[in-house]
Amino acid sequence: MPPAITAEGLVKRYGDVIALDGMDLSVPEGTVLALLGPNGAGKTTTVRILTTLLKPDAGRATVAGCDVVADAARLRSRIGASGQYAAVDDHLTGAENLEMVGRLYHLGARRSRQRARELLERFDLTEAADRPAQGYSGGMRRRLDLAAALVAGPPVLFLDEPTTGLDPRARAGLWETIAGLVAGGTTVLLTTQYMEEADRLADTVAVVDRGRVIALGTADELKDQIGGDRVELTLTSAGDLHAVRQALASLAVGDVRADDAALRLTIPVSDGTAALTIALGHLAAGGIAVRDAGLRRPTLDEVFLTLTGHQAGAPAGTKEQDR
Amino acid sequence: MTPLQVALADGLTMTRRNILKIKRAPDQLGAVIMLPVVLVLLFAYVFGSMIELPGMSYREYLLPGIFVLTIVSSAQITGYTLTLDLRKGVFDRFRTLPMAPSAVLTGQTLGDVLMNAASVVTMALVGLAVGWRVHTAPHEAALGFLTLLLFAYAYSWVTAAVALALRTPEVFNNIATLVSMPLIFLSNAFVDSARLPGPLRAVAEWNPVSTVIQATRELFGNVAPGMPAPAAWPLRHAVTATLLWSALLLAVFVPLANRLYTKAVSR
Repeated sequence: MPPAITAEGLVKRYGDVIALDGMDLSVPEGTVLALLGPNGAGKTTTVRILTTLLKPDAGRATVAGCDVVADAARLRSRIGASGQYAAVDDHLTGAENLEMVGRLYHLGARRSRQRARELLERFDLTEAADRPAQGYSGGMRRRLDLAAALVAGPPVLFLDEPTTGLDPRARAGLWETIAGLVAGGTTVLLTTQYMEEADRLADTVAVVDRGRVIALGTADELKDQIGGDRVELTLTSAGDLHAVRQALASLAVGDVRADDAALRLTIPVSDGTAALTIALGHLAAGGIAVRDAGLRRPTLDEVFLTLTGHQAGAPAGTKEQDR
Repeated sequence: MTPLQVALADGLTMTRRNILKIKRAPDQLGAVIMLPVVLVLLFAYVFGSMIELPGMSYREYLLPGIFVLTIVSSAQITGYTLTLDLRKGVFDRFRTLPMAPSAVLTGQTLGDVLMNAASVVTMALVGLAVGWRVHTAPHEAALGFLTLLLFAYAYSWVTAAVALALRTPEVFNNIATLVSMPLIFLSNAFVDSARLPGPLRAVAEWNPVSTVIQATRELFGNVAPGMPAPAAWPLRHAVTATLLWSALLLAVFVPLANRLYTKAVSR
């Protein structure tokens, strides 16, 4: 089966700024690919090209068998797209918003109405169906926007930072919804700044920096590549910091970071819980006071630092904008 | 469906959207209706009592001028709304749908001309209350209203093109006022253009706004019997000239606005 989404050597420039610098992608049918990267990495530009909003300066791409430039009109009837800033009409009710989208997919008046009701129910918006979207909460707006992307039951779905700006509960709810869609066989390309989101939803994660894919794999593969979990210890005395650092160096699978001001040690480890137990045992045996100890997953910052050698969000020579 | 049928169907869907928006947020409609009421009352009582015309009340002469002044400034809402939507990214969703791209502008301009129709009806009613009268046959009067709305529709497309070229609401508002003010005041709205000095007179006589005002005066029968017939061609054949102006504006600005729309949204 041919991939649902392919991109080969996509290039996009804005004046002197290179937004995409040879982006290659391939998303098999029925799978989820997450584009993970900081603002300005080129995630949104990629989505805008694949959804026909922008023409690439070089390279080619296909979605659902249609070329994004030559076959743009046919392509649009096979995709759904949901943006960063939920593109719902404030003055229209939830039902009217979805009905309008159905009509613009040329489903006809009756089918559009029926489809709107189905989706409102599925997204738990039936109660708010006849209220203007203006009064919706952030989570409701995202759900409505996502419902709008699904009106025509498209085989390929693009989600550009679907949960940015949502509170944790709304985010978890939306994740559940998206996971449900994927189970139904939809191919999804989503962009995100959160490792956790990619972890939860994606089969494959493409780490994007300066307009190209710099690492590709499952979330676990990527995390192992940069050293799995982190043991984080906060001590009470600066004098202990370096002694503990030396003593625990054998646990680390990468560089141990010491923050002198916060009295904190960050130790990348491979087997998280076991390493934490050993570390705490060592501290207890040595009678070293600990203010806080814990285990956490790598942050996107750390993935970036490891993969690129520079901090996420401050890529040298790239403008601070996600275009 | 043929491409034309798709464009028409999508245009109607977008018009429905805009009518719903007007219905839900009546503040804009309120402004479009209140402004003409205030203008009619102000001009009718401030100027209307100061200026004397041979053979008829100045108020009757003045009202068609106020009609046109109002529809020209209300037509700017088209451009203003487009710049706001452009900023909010509303068009991105539409552009990922398999709809006719032209429907966005068709829907906007049609929605706005309906709003302008509401404002013309309001002005006519307030006008009747302060002494304005129609002295012609009903079909001529109907033609008068249609002429007004046709020109309003054509002018909406002009403001759409300007807005899509400028792209920001603030800049658009400044430029639009800069253009519409001379258009409105360098015309025969308040005084007979024949009485203006040399170059101003030529500008006023060939100003499309003058042509529309003259056409409306003729179709409503608000031309003072004592006034000399105008000399300039567009004023002597005002109804024909208005139709020609509207056709010309549409022929130039509909394709231009659509091209500018494509350019503005694919940045």
